[in-house]
Amino acid sequence: MAEAVYDSARRPPAFWEELTALWAYRDLVRQLVARDIKVRYKRSVLGVAWTMLNPLLMMGVLTLVFSHLFRFDLPHYPVYLLAGTMLWNFFAQTTTQTMQQLVWGGALLNRIYVPRTVFAVSALGSGLVNLGLGLVPLGLIMAATGAPFTPALAFLPAAILLAAAFTLGLGLLLSSLAVIFPDIIEMYQVILTAWYFLTPVLYPARILPEPYAAWLKLNPMHHLLAAFRGPIHGGVVPSAESLAASAALAAGTLLFGWLVFTARADKIVYRL
Amino acid sequence: MTAPDGTLPTALEAAAAAESGDVAIRLESVSVRFRVPLEPIRSFKEYAIRRLRGQVDFKEVWALQDVSFEVRQGEVLGVIGRNGSGKSTLLKVIARVLRPTAGRVWVRGRVAPLLELGGGFHPELTGRENVFLNAALLGHSRREVTERFDRIVDFAELWEFIDAPLRTYSTGMVARLGFAVATAWEPEVLLIDEVLAVGDQAFQRKCQARLAEFRAAGTTILLVSHSPELIRQMCNRALWLDRGRVRTWGPAGEVAAGYAALG
Repeated sequence: MAEAVYDSARRPPAFWEELTALWAYRDLVRQLVARDIKVRYKRSVLGVAWTMLNPLLMMGVLTLVFSHLFRFDLPHYPVYLLAGTMLWNFFAQTTTQTMQQLVWGGALLNRIYVPRTVFAVSALGSGLVNLGLGLVPLGLIMAATGAPFTPALAFLPAAILLAAAFTLGLGLLLSSLAVIFPDIIEMYQVILTAWYFLTPVLYPARILPEPYAAWLKLNPMHHLLAAFRGPIHGGVVPSAESLAASAALAAGTLLFGWLVFTARADKIVYRL
Repeated sequence: MTAPDGTLPTALEAAAAAESGDVAIRLESVSVRFRVPLEPIRSFKEYAIRRLRGQVDFKEVWALQDVSFEVRQGEVLGVIGRNGSGKSTLLKVIARVLRPTAGRVWVRGRVAPLLELGGGFHPELTGRENVFLNAALLGHSRREVTERFDRIVDFAELWEFIDAPLRTYSTGMVARLGFAVATAWEPEVLLIDEVLAVGDQAFQRKCQARLAEFRAAGTTILLVSHSPELIRQMCNRALWLDRGRVRTWGPAGEVAAGYAALG
């Protein structure tokens, strides 16, 4: 093992130092993701089956409500709904988890050195595993309802990557605040609920009347959702323009979140 | 010699560099400042309101002030002082947990903290899973843990329970597992906060034996304690911290005697 020298006076820039530290601790990220998943399944009798059943049951209820009470006249509505819900849940749960994990990790960060982004990245990892597992029941529903599988599905990994980058970036920004003010986590839940209804998760975007439809363009989750759901429902790959906007947004948020969080990372311990 | 940032080294730095062949830890005028809000503000709403009124006041607390010393490779340095004298903060700046507000901390080699790490364990996971998680928190790769796994469980004497959830363990068993993981690798620098009274007498002897092994192998040790007796027994040199400042730094026997007389 090469002898590492730590010199507090000669440190690389924070964003770079954190990136190299994160790489050195990649096995910890893996362990934390494994822990989240194991703990989740150990607590429930149904185990992995629950991840499959949960979206199916929820979708059953929502489909019942929305295809009978509110009619959207959308072919394969269950697929539309499930795909949208999956991505939204990934986003909402991961950003919330990112904050909670950091608060959890606080006791440790106060005693041993661990790269501070480890908790955010492992929350993202757990979210991605759950999203991946959710694709199985989604595929089953598609087959059962006769929704077509198109070549556009090959775009799905890119859409997930965009959503992941945006989610991590926002999670880091929120965490920078949450370590100082824990009530941010609760306030964020209220914002999430409002955001959820302002985003076409349950309903098709076209039902929005004009003044709101224009505002929708400013909702990042609308674009990321469209990129993810397009290939699944309707076999559409986003237009070059929409894709460029989503990519710029995702990369920009990640970069900004990373810079803010790593710049503040040294102060985190003083706050815990 | 020119530093990478282009400045010429100071006389102190040059002298230090010439000797740094066997220096393991060096602190130069290290200070750590905590800013404590006069009234704790724990919510964003409260903060926003007070900020608008200009009511956010901080009290500055210097946990360490102008602390300088050197530890050579293989030395055992005792750090003694009363509660709140900055002993734990000193370990934290060396362990990279805290960045110094001012001054410079220089450490060569892998630093292993030997403290009670209950927070790194998860009650629902098995002992085996917790060994991997805990070792990863200390920066070890999966491969390294796999290599040393048997040695860890042998030392902790927990083979019977290794696949049981940690919540079924007694406090002593958890502490044994924690000690076994933390000391499974020989670090260049070992930080010990207070005496670890882990397990029964027999296990404590094993812990002492392992620390002696490390010492013999040339590990540099920093031992924080309240007890002048322990410092005299275990250490070559000692540092007496008083309200964040170095009161004395010298041979362990002298410092311990001074502390015992006045502290």
